[in-house]
Amino acid sequence: MDFLIEIFSDYTLRTVALGTAVLGIVSGALGTYAVLRRQSLLGDAMSHAALPGVVLAFMITGSREPLVLIIGAGISGIIGTLFMLVITRFTRLRADSALGIILSVFFGFGLILLQVVERLGLPNRAGLNVFLFGQAATLLQRDVVIMLVISTVVLALVALFWKEFKLLSFDRDFGSSLGFNMVWLDIILISLLVLAIVIGLQAVGVVLMSAMIVAPAAAARQWTDSLAIMMILSAIFGATSGIAGAIISSTGAGLSTGPVVVLVISSIVLFSILFATKRGIVWSWFARLRRQRVLRLEAVLNDMLKLAEQHQDPTHPHAMVVLQTMNHMQGGTRSTLSELIRRGWVEQVDSTHFSLTPAGVKEAQTFMSQGQFN
Amino acid sequence: MQALEVTDLTVAYQDKPVLWDIDLDVPEGILMAIVGPNGAGKTTLIKSILGLIKPAAGNVLIYGKSYAAQRHMVGYVPQRGSVDWDFPTSVLDVVMMGRYGELGWFKRPSARDRKLAYDALEKVGMQEYAQRQISQLSGGQQQRTFLARALVQDAKLYFMDEPFQGVDATTERAIIEILQNLREQGKTVIAVHHDLQTVQEYFDWVTLLNVRRIASGPVSEAFSSENLRRAYGGRIAFLKEEKAAGD
Repeated sequence: MDFLIEIFSDYTLRTVALGTAVLGIVSGALGTYAVLRRQSLLGDAMSHAALPGVVLAFMITGSREPLVLIIGAGISGIIGTLFMLVITRFTRLRADSALGIILSVFFGFGLILLQVVERLGLPNRAGLNVFLFGQAATLLQRDVVIMLVISTVVLALVALFWKEFKLLSFDRDFGSSLGFNMVWLDIILISLLVLAIVIGLQAVGVVLMSAMIVAPAAAARQWTDSLAIMMILSAIFGATSGIAGAIISSTGAGLSTGPVVVLVISSIVLFSILFATKRGIVWSWFARLRRQRVLRLEAVLNDMLKLAEQHQDPTHPHAMVVLQTMNHMQGGTRSTLSELIRRGWVEQVDSTHFSLTPAGVKEAQTFMSQGQFN
Repeated sequence: MQALEVTDLTVAYQDKPVLWDIDLDVPEGILMAIVGPNGAGKTTLIKSILGLIKPAAGNVLIYGKSYAAQRHMVGYVPQRGSVDWDFPTSVLDVVMMGRYGELGWFKRPSARDRKLAYDALEKVGMQEYAQRQISQLSGGQQQRTFLARALVQDAKLYFMDEPFQGVDATTERAIIEILQNLREQGKTVIAVHHDLQTVQEYFDWVTLLNVRRIASGPVSEAFSSENLRRAYGGRIAFLKEEKAAGD
């Protein structure tokens, strides 16, 4: 409790939490498109490609103003993306190879530039390293203001192009045939993705920023089949992990924010993949068990009805042994019988004999004709 | 007035011609099948008419004007497999996309657009599925959804890429009835078709394609065994043998 009070009364922490919440919302929202368009790796390449831009912007201007660095990051991210498109278009390399090449070349170049800055002993250079793994605690109020402004613009554009982006993501050719310029829409959407990435670089770092793009959307997809809800959930997951990561790393022993954020969002992803309704692994497992049990009930009821027909008496009692023999493929006859008794479809006549009730006869006849329970 | 006039259309990927010097004249109010072997350029023909693929040469007129000018008269049903059916959206939402062209940039669909989408779903017998997630649809239902999306475009000329692909016999009947219904309203439908057995039954016109235009005209004239042999080469005999063996 004291901890919570401290968070909300501590000015620095409040700023940091607000900043990471904003970046979580934007990257979560834009990540929805990246995941649905199978461009998850594009985000990774872009964020790595942003590093040389950050360092070059610093070397050229000698300033560590966030806006300057963000512009540098954005430009170099976009150049990286263009190179990728050129490589896939004009060589025989596929998109994944192009991504790999751009990611490592740009990132490697960025690392070398970082070392050059170190060697040259340029003033102000100290904070540049945070762009590798991120340090949310370094966010100042003016950084957060810039993030807020960019985020507002990005989200407003998403709202404005909502129908167009949906068309682009679902059926690009159809959209083109309707007269929408899909090339421009693609460029706009990718630019928004670049913006979502660059505003998170200082807090999360170029190495792990792509997790903020991919993971919240991947988790959100497990819970819903609606694009709008998926985007909202993804933004919430992004914000939650951003805030959690920032707080843990700020209050802990100087941990980098990126790795902490990744651990938090990964737990959300893991939980969603396991426990989400409908898509979750555990949920489908239970659904399968339920179906299996229904099939067993059906099999035993069927057997009892068949036996009863031989005796011309629908409620004729049968020995459990007989039912177990008839049911040898399925197993679990005893528990199935008690479930049938619970449902009022079977009566236990004595310790080893069971008979169908009139309701059970009706039920058995119904699903013999329909092949399922009602 | 011809619904569609294509002259000298040529499409090439790198140096390999996919379509070579295609001429087509399609009158209004007919159902036309485009048939040809795999790799004949059937899908490419439709896509280049719609401007989705840039042709190396050639000219396309729709009701006498360029496609860009006549876009509102054209409906399109892409191949069912060209989209991700696990996309998080509902049947109604997909059908509503057919209204986007008329809505234009930035405008949101209104209640009237929803109503039109529902009506289109009713025409294809899918009204109960309006709120269904598209991932839960069978192949035939996916095809009907796409068809409803094209109907809601309220076009005069429809291009359909394999509208019968992967559907059961009942759905195929239902779809052909819808196409015939369109023809009765004076609309024109051009469909890529695979089943040579049903060309005569379903369509009025046929275009046989194999990179070049082999033949195009009323089924009674163009759909001759001579033309089929020219389009399919030796493979057509093989097809018939296989069918005979299967029967």
